Amino acid sequence: MRKTPLLIAGMIAAPASAGSISITIPRLNVAEYHRPYVAGWVEPVGGGAARTLFVWYDFDMRGAEPGTKWLSDLRTWWRKGGRSMRLPADGVTGATRAPGTHRVALPADLRPGQYTLYVEAARETGGREIVSMPLTIPAAGGSATGRSELGAITISAR
Amino acid sequence: MRLTTRLLAAAALVAAVTPASAHRQWMVPSGTIFAGTQAWVSVDAAVSNDLFYPDHFPMQLNNVTVWKPDGTPGEIQNASTGRYRSVFDVELNVPGTWKIGTVQSGLSGSFKVNGEDWRLGGRRGPPPGAGAPGAGGPGDGAAAPAPRFVNSVDEIPANATDVQLTESSGQNVIFVTAGEPTDTVFQPTGKGLEMVPVTHPDELVQGETAQFKFLVDGQPAADLPITIVPGGKRYRDAEGAFEVRTDANGVASIDWPLAGMTWINASLSDDKPSNPRATARRMSYTATVEVMAP
Repeated sequence: MRKTPLLIAGMIAAPASAGSISITIPRLNVAEYHRPYVAGWVEPVGGGAARTLFVWYDFDMRGAEPGTKWLSDLRTWWRKGGRSMRLPADGVTGATRAPGTHRVALPADLRPGQYTLYVEAARETGGREIVSMPLTIPAAGGSATGRSELGAITISAR
Repeated sequence: MRLTTRLLAAAALVAAVTPASAHRQWMVPSGTIFAGTQAWVSVDAAVSNDLFYPDHFPMQLNNVTVWKPDGTPGEIQNASTGRYRSVFDVELNVPGTWKIGTVQSGLSGSFKVNGEDWRLGGRRGPPPGAGAPGAGGPGDGAAAPAPRFVNSVDEIPANATDVQLTESSGQNVIFVTAGEPTDTVFQPTGKGLEMVPVTHPDELVQGETAQFKFLVDGQPAADLPITIVPGGKRYRDAEGAFEVRTDANGVASIDWPLAGMTWINASLSDDKPSNPRATARRMSYTATVEVMAP
């Protein structure tokens, strides 16, 4: 029964003023494809704790090989704070996403200032990539593009 | 992401042939090139997706065979099976190239008797002691009534209908050389999918093109896709897997982008099983080779 509130939480848009980011997962022509694990987080430019915005993984896989087993493959996110999070986390945990563009609302309580936005993806029988870009709150805009595991990542004011 | 692999995990343990989306079965020797005849090679053997990280199942060692450089049987020693990985040693006390691994074949499939589903071989649930591959718990994906099983093709009754049997054969091998490389262990049997080196697998160097010839029933396997996966992906971003195809003579030419232990796999299906009751055949060839830095 955990699944439903988590999924809904991932889809609810925050107040329009907080802005959002769009993450594109590219469609890959490979023999064996598994959806990537993807995490996004922000770090204040002046230093400070990383704040995870979302992490997409097989959160409903349980048993001897639960979906959390491969979270450390998001190696930078894991080191930056993923390892100390209690998962699943409402509004942060989500299911793995299919190729396509997915919008994530920025949290309304993210304080104004300069941040760096990071998005990291790791795929079973595939590669791993991290993309970063400056993020100003209130969000104005911006974009960056991955080369292998991630496509375009855009920041939008709405 | 891992749902299909979870379902196939049990099959990967027992099947000689690895379906495209199943976990990879692999062996990694402690080395492939040894000086003298007092060396031992220590071999890790496991089933997992990312190479060569044992994080899923150990490989079962009961079918591991050793071929000495003259082709006579050798032995594995100090065999041990852990939670994720099996380990064994081979004492390389004869000079030349040794072959170590599994060569398996079998029949599997389904048939009906009086409208009831029966199966031969294949997935019969988790093998004993294999941990808990049914990660979803009881009832995981078990909507249909469980089919009945027979153990051998001879047990299929004469009144069986809808008999659909597939012959599977596969090998998973490594080659290690004490002193100078030799070729005796590469003598093809003329049955199933085999590899005959043009370049000796213990003489592979990064930046040099190697050639392996693939045979099906002793004939060149043309246009056969060969998957090459370098190990150690945790320490870089790209998995680095790539595919080459054999030419008209069955020869695959491989340029090694990275030094290190490298997994090679070829799979092939056709309708030429050696057993007359089978209608289809699946073959696979898997090897781990070591690519040296120049």
